[in-house]
Amino acid sequence: MTGFVVRRLLQAVVVVIGVTLVTFLLQHLIPGSLARAIMGNHATSAQIKAFNNEYGLSRPLPVQYWDFLKQLCQGNLGYSFKQSRSVDSLVSQYLPRDIFLVGTSLFLALLVAIPAGIAQAVKRNRLLDYSGTTVAFLLYSMPTYWLGLILISVFGITLPWFPVSAPQNPTFFGILSDPRALVLPIATLTLVSYALFSRYMRSSAIDSLTQDYIRTAYAKGLPRSWVLRRHLLRNSLVSIVTLVGLSLPSLLTAGLIVEYVFNFQGLGLVYYNAALTSDYPVELGITVLVGVATVVGNLLADIGYAMLDPRVRYRSVA
Amino acid sequence: MTNYPLGREATFAGDDVVIEPTARDGGEVHTSGSVLRLLWHTFRENKLALTGVISVVVIALFCFVGPLFYVTDQIHSNLLNVNLAPSRAHLLGTDDNGFDVLGRLMVGGQSSIEVGLAVACIATSLGVIWGSISGFFGGFVDAVMMRIVDVMLAIPVVFLFVFLASIFKPTLLMLIIVLGLLSWLSPARLVRGETLSLRTREYVQAAKTMGGGSTRAIFRHIIPNAVGTIIVNATFQVADAILVLATLSFLGFGLAPPAATWGGMLSNGTNYIFDGYWWQIYPAGLMIVLTVLSFNFIGDGLRDSFEVRLQRR
Repeated sequence: MTGFVVRRLLQAVVVVIGVTLVTFLLQHLIPGSLARAIMGNHATSAQIKAFNNEYGLSRPLPVQYWDFLKQLCQGNLGYSFKQSRSVDSLVSQYLPRDIFLVGTSLFLALLVAIPAGIAQAVKRNRLLDYSGTTVAFLLYSMPTYWLGLILISVFGITLPWFPVSAPQNPTFFGILSDPRALVLPIATLTLVSYALFSRYMRSSAIDSLTQDYIRTAYAKGLPRSWVLRRHLLRNSLVSIVTLVGLSLPSLLTAGLIVEYVFNFQGLGLVYYNAALTSDYPVELGITVLVGVATVVGNLLADIGYAMLDPRVRYRSVA
Repeated sequence: MTNYPLGREATFAGDDVVIEPTARDGGEVHTSGSVLRLLWHTFRENKLALTGVISVVVIALFCFVGPLFYVTDQIHSNLLNVNLAPSRAHLLGTDDNGFDVLGRLMVGGQSSIEVGLAVACIATSLGVIWGSISGFFGGFVDAVMMRIVDVMLAIPVVFLFVFLASIFKPTLLMLIIVLGLLSWLSPARLVRGETLSLRTREYVQAAKTMGGGSTRAIFRHIIPNAVGTIIVNATFQVADAILVLATLSFLGFGLAPPAATWGGMLSNGTNYIFDGYWWQIYPAGLMIVLTVLSFNFIGDGLRDSFEVRLQRR
């Protein structure tokens, strides 16, 4: 087990370094340099030069990259010249709101998707399964934003039950000031994640149902509800741990779109606005953050999986 | 991972996933004949896949042949005819530039389908080559190649593309190339997994013993035997690419006007959501869902037939 964890940890470190390298190189794809983007078209070449000297942008790339890494290690994600504030302060203001949005939706999606997937697997190829599959397929094939637009148009405008935009108070507790305004954004994100998880849960449960331990459990004369809860559910939960870790990038992307559609002030929207205003340091800082979050998510998922399922540990040694 | 494109392959515990290959086992596979036969059997047996194929054909006809019969001007805006409700002259009304919505659906569909197919071709070819080389050689080569995939997977496509689009102005060709270069990761991982198990098969060993080189083993034995996984994934790639394109267009990073895309139409229509201009929001969205759904049906049907045990769905 320790060997497995150490090996995965080393892999994760390598990948994180790779992510920072890619992000750093992206920064240098900017045409006409960061200085030009910040100081505008009217800046003289002397001013550009002065800017580059002041921020160390005239040094060789490897030196700059090393410096970039050192800054990151100290938790310094960069400085937004356009907004005159550090990227860290943006992150600490908006990240908790994202965690709340994505976390709540993820929780709700799993809460529905796990029983639904198992029910579909048990009633395979019956009406319940077909209707569940249809719903999941439809949701899966739907662009996230279109789903959001439909919810807005039906439950926000035609039937004015819920506000069409997220709570606008930009602090963390601000989102709780108007819980009704959270319903549509969270519903959108939940439905999108539900489609993903229920399909997976169904096929994973179908796989498990054919396993020997299920047959043994039935052979022992255990009642069905007991077999489903104690044997099937538990074993299926193990694989869903991995899926949650792996779907982090998709969840973050869906989060960005939901934030855009509902004007939910979160990091995704900050990122989008930064892209519109060429606020490169913000874009880079958030990209690194997303990359690292994904790697850590996968790492935790793998370790969690290995802890829950001993077969993985043995296989990884072999 | 892709995802928005929700990445489609899940691995358990790092990379030690071995997918049981069930495409034809043994010997050299003479590609064209057997694959076509396989596809034919699949579609004859599988109603879902057949539905998907028929629906894709209908959509393609609508987009590419439709404009010949329903002639509309999709280049010059007409400010006298903006936001008209559906009528006999404009079956699905007009948008805020006076473009006929039905005609625009056709033109917009062309770029969606073109991008979807082209991206799937690029991504699949790259991914198959990358994954089979990585899996076949194993060891250090495999570790390095797979870490590169991990790095790219860690940055979601939409985030990366939003970043790139803030620097470059996208054209159709650029969209295809960039999306293709960002989408080969899931086929690479799947094919690698399959290669890991295929390379230990007797017929691959036999080919080696007889003095066959690695290139021969990969292209004549491994890839043809992994063709089920590859085709299934390619179908999902088309669906994913269409969704990503729609998302990017909606965010305003798609093709610039007067080029039409379904996502772009939705993005415009959003401005009028409070005015009840339903024809600017529902038709384009439905077209996206229908197209993506059809490709997903095909992929799902194919997978059932190939009995490829993908990890998801």
